[in-house]
Amino acid sequence: MPTATTTTEVDDIDYSDIEKRYQISYDQGFDNVLVVDGMPIIDKSKLDRLLAKVSKEFSRKSVQIKIEDILMPWDDASGKSKGFAFIEFRSEEDANLALNAMNNHPFDAKHTFKVNRFTDIEHFAQVDETYVEPTVETYQTKEHLRAWLADPQGRDQYVTYRDQDVEILWHGKPSQCEPAHKPDWRDFLYVAWSPLGTYISTLHRQGVRLWGGPSWKLQQRYAHPLVKLIDFSPCENYLVTWSNEPIAVPEGALQGPQYFSPDDEGNNLAVWDIKSGDLLRTFPTDFGVLDGGGPRKQMQWPALKWSPDDKFVARMTAGQMISVHELPSMYLQGKKSLKIEGVVDFEWCPHGDADVDAAQNGQENGAPTKAQPKRARENMITYWTPEVANQPARVTLLAFPSRTILRQKNLFNVTECKLFWQNQGDFLCVKVDRHTKTKKSIFTNLEIFRVREKDYPVEVVELKDTVTDFSWEPKGERFAIVSSNDPNLGNPGPGITIKTDVSFYQLDRAKNDFKLLRTLAMRTSNTIRWAPRGRHVVLGTLGSHTKSELEFWDLDFLQEDTGKREPGQGQEWGSGIQLLGTADHYGVTDVEWDPSGRYLATSASAWTHTLENGYAIWDFRGQELEKHILDRFKQFLWRPRPRSLLTKDQQKKVRRNLKEFGRAFEEEDAADENQSSAEVIARRKRLVDEWNAWRTSIRLAMFEDTGKKEADHGDTEKEEIEVWVDEVIEQTEEVVVE
Amino acid sequence: MRPILLQGHERSLTQIKFNKEGDLLFSCSKDHIINVWFSHNGERLGTYDGHNGTVWTVDVDAKSELLVSGSADNQLRLWSVATGKCLFVWEFPTAVKRVAFGEDDTKIVCITEQRMGHQCAIRVFDINREEPTRQSKEPLHMFNIIGSKATVCAFTYTPNVILTGHESGKVSLFDVRSGEEIENNERAHSDVVTDLQLCKDQTYFITSSKDKSARILDIRNLMPIKTYTTETPLNSAAIAPNRPYVLLGGGQDAMSVTTTSLRQGKFETRFWHRVFEEEVGRVKGHFGPINTIAVHPAGTCYASGGEDGFIRVHHFDESYLRAKPYGDLEIMD
Repeated sequence: MPTATTTTEVDDIDYSDIEKRYQISYDQGFDNVLVVDGMPIIDKSKLDRLLAKVSKEFSRKSVQIKIEDILMPWDDASGKSKGFAFIEFRSEEDANLALNAMNNHPFDAKHTFKVNRFTDIEHFAQVDETYVEPTVETYQTKEHLRAWLADPQGRDQYVTYRDQDVEILWHGKPSQCEPAHKPDWRDFLYVAWSPLGTYISTLHRQGVRLWGGPSWKLQQRYAHPLVKLIDFSPCENYLVTWSNEPIAVPEGALQGPQYFSPDDEGNNLAVWDIKSGDLLRTFPTDFGVLDGGGPRKQMQWPALKWSPDDKFVARMTAGQMISVHELPSMYLQGKKSLKIEGVVDFEWCPHGDADVDAAQNGQENGAPTKAQPKRARENMITYWTPEVANQPARVTLLAFPSRTILRQKNLFNVTECKLFWQNQGDFLCVKVDRHTKTKKSIFTNLEIFRVREKDYPVEVVELKDTVTDFSWEPKGERFAIVSSNDPNLGNPGPGITIKTDVSFYQLDRAKNDFKLLRTLAMRTSNTIRWAPRGRHVVLGTLGSHTKSELEFWDLDFLQEDTGKREPGQGQEWGSGIQLLGTADHYGVTDVEWDPSGRYLATSASAWTHTLENGYAIWDFRGQELEKHILDRFKQFLWRPRPRSLLTKDQQKKVRRNLKEFGRAFEEEDAADENQSSAEVIARRKRLVDEWNAWRTSIRLAMFEDTGKKEADHGDTEKEEIEVWVDEVIEQTEEVVVE
Repeated sequence: MRPILLQGHERSLTQIKFNKEGDLLFSCSKDHIINVWFSHNGERLGTYDGHNGTVWTVDVDAKSELLVSGSADNQLRLWSVATGKCLFVWEFPTAVKRVAFGEDDTKIVCITEQRMGHQCAIRVFDINREEPTRQSKEPLHMFNIIGSKATVCAFTYTPNVILTGHESGKVSLFDVRSGEEIENNERAHSDVVTDLQLCKDQTYFITSSKDKSARILDIRNLMPIKTYTTETPLNSAAIAPNRPYVLLGGGQDAMSVTTTSLRQGKFETRFWHRVFEEEVGRVKGHFGPINTIAVHPAGTCYASGGEDGFIRVHHFDESYLRAKPYGDLEIMD
């Protein structure tokens, strides 16, 4: 019988491998056993009472346990307990729960429980006492994170994010534009550069990743699940992350300096040390409740504001206080916050190049001596408070950490204030939206603080219109504003393009006040973008369906770029303003200058709309250099550059000998141009030759085959047609009477 | 270059054609009417009335005597160009999508639509030029297209061989006697072939497609010689004689036109350099997609017909004919 044979065979099969695989592993560990230290030492008579008390205490605080589960060792000699007990739990989870709840639990006045895992104690008891020399790991040279600055052609990089693909490209002269790297980063929200360009970050579900170096390797990770926003500190030492989901630390989550601990649960903001990846501190998001539970304002981002030297980070509790934390400890500076009734907004004063130099000198020479000509400026905070009852609105300039008030200015009929620092920290402009008595119309005053001068003089520029955008010229003494008196302002609708005026102001050195340079009336521009080195400015119309104009202006058209500006000398005030060019990028959503100020990038992002997404790169005159229309295009970002490493003297030297330095580049350019135009011509010639050869061959082949003459299809003779037109102008009939 | 606007149709244009001399322009439209115009001034010479459905296609013979038209009323009609009289009517089970004269105007080819259980068919008729009102009802040759249906067709220089473009993007050569596929290029395009126009000596042809590109193909082996890739679906492509350009027209689908702005629709006629495959210019004007483009046989003017119901006739400026933007390169036509 076949069946019989099979059964016998079955018996012979070796099951050992399968048995091995499916073997039930019995829980033999002691993971569910805890050792509770710090128990009262008792004699046998009190045992039952103690055990009942202990089990009650445990049950109340954490996990139900039975008296039978407690094992208390006895010192038989003295007849007393040894002062500790073993408790066996049903599972490891229960044991963990009890460990967290009962460790350091005050049992009574004299006794505090110290709870440990049985396995831990076993482990520590078995530690080898002999010293073992730790092996020194061989030093691995890391890639230089700023290697891109050493590009021999001095090009800049940018990153594009389209659909699911990120690409990093070089941008320079047309012949030098090429892809730099195409990473295979997947599944993230968006990319962001760090402020000095050292790292690029991607926001994933699990947290933030930083990449960098010539091979774009992973540099660090920060586990903040569902992170939505990130912000770097100005010197790239710290990172702030935010998620709308409160932090939750699940059971058994990884613990350590780089991870959230249960204390962080419920918070939204986290501060990290970039280099070590350690979590420094977490905060809850403060949405700020205005006057008696008014409507919740949108969260301000960045929620934490960094001092320009990375020494402090400030957090505002709207209407109450500003809390300044010291880095890297993240403790509250001076152990108290700045209590400011009604504070709405604040800003740190940025450090200028001079300040940074001074700070660096101070560091190099050890402690700052008194002989030093320039001392690093103390950090400054400005904040403003609105009008409350009889108190006027107030803008305050405060030195920090000395907490001395440097200047205060009272303001009246204030609707809203915005603080704008010039990037060198020379000037502060407070854009004050004021309302008339009836509160029906709003106009704007610009209160300009000259911060470098004694007593911080304030000048007021009064305007009749509402200012919608304000922008300082970087490193300059000029600013531009967009103002509007359009009745549609404030109620945007489809098809409405708001008419605006753009005005430029400049500091008049003679009178020491800000004077209007020029107003460009009747524009649609709503965005000002100064080139990073000043002088050039682009006015753009963003977010409009019908208009998407870009205007490229030069404010020193008549002056040679010597690096020094002598405003208005020997020239008519405002005569140097010149329109260099206009351009149009349909549906533009973002406008950004490259760090050198030579090129401008505009992009239409699919996050805003889906019409003609893509990006374009222009030179400072408004000539289009590149344009790519790409479906599902999302992001374009220039890689920022750190401060120049050249000293002031070196920079001056370069400026003075610009012609000499420039010669080499000019030659290179000329050679390049010759080569590229020769290439184009050669390519065209080749194409034409190929085409003509193909045409000749096909004609020969076809017309020989059929034997017909090509002339049949040649031009027919032209036929001249002459048309005579008779036109009767007038006709009269006369009756002839005979 | 000031265009002449021909406002003679109430609905979108389907095809326009110049006659051999280029003095007449024939146009057909979804409003059931065929019009004929003087190309030099845009005056309407007359109409050919009779169809009772969208007129999908027209063609005129070399002598400008006979006109043939195909319509959605399932009819193929032969007209006298001079008198406007209908000479003969053929009836089919489905709509006629494309017609073309060929072989010294002694034959016509037509494509009938695949619908209502009928397969897409190609028929070739003999034309009795002596007595145009007495034509044979039965086609000389007929065969069905297997696979993807044909959308456009034309006679080639070789007798009894026709060229077809298909819905799948395929381009094929058929022997009409046997219905056999002589040659094909399955991957000429990746979407519907919307237009097919031969060059003057019929050695190559241009195709346009919804896949946003147009191509010049070699008529012998159907291999692509040049490709012109745009960012919009194309409805028509034409070759400009005597100048090294091709003209492409299209725009967003008529369906989604109302939801987009004029700019977005990309309703311009694009001029591309035939050899360098670079775009050289655009002509704006239509406010709907361009459905059909035709160039004067002498290359002195072109016309475009749009979904907006207008025909725009552009006579090229003198400078267009004289300019040599790429230097002294002798480019054969």
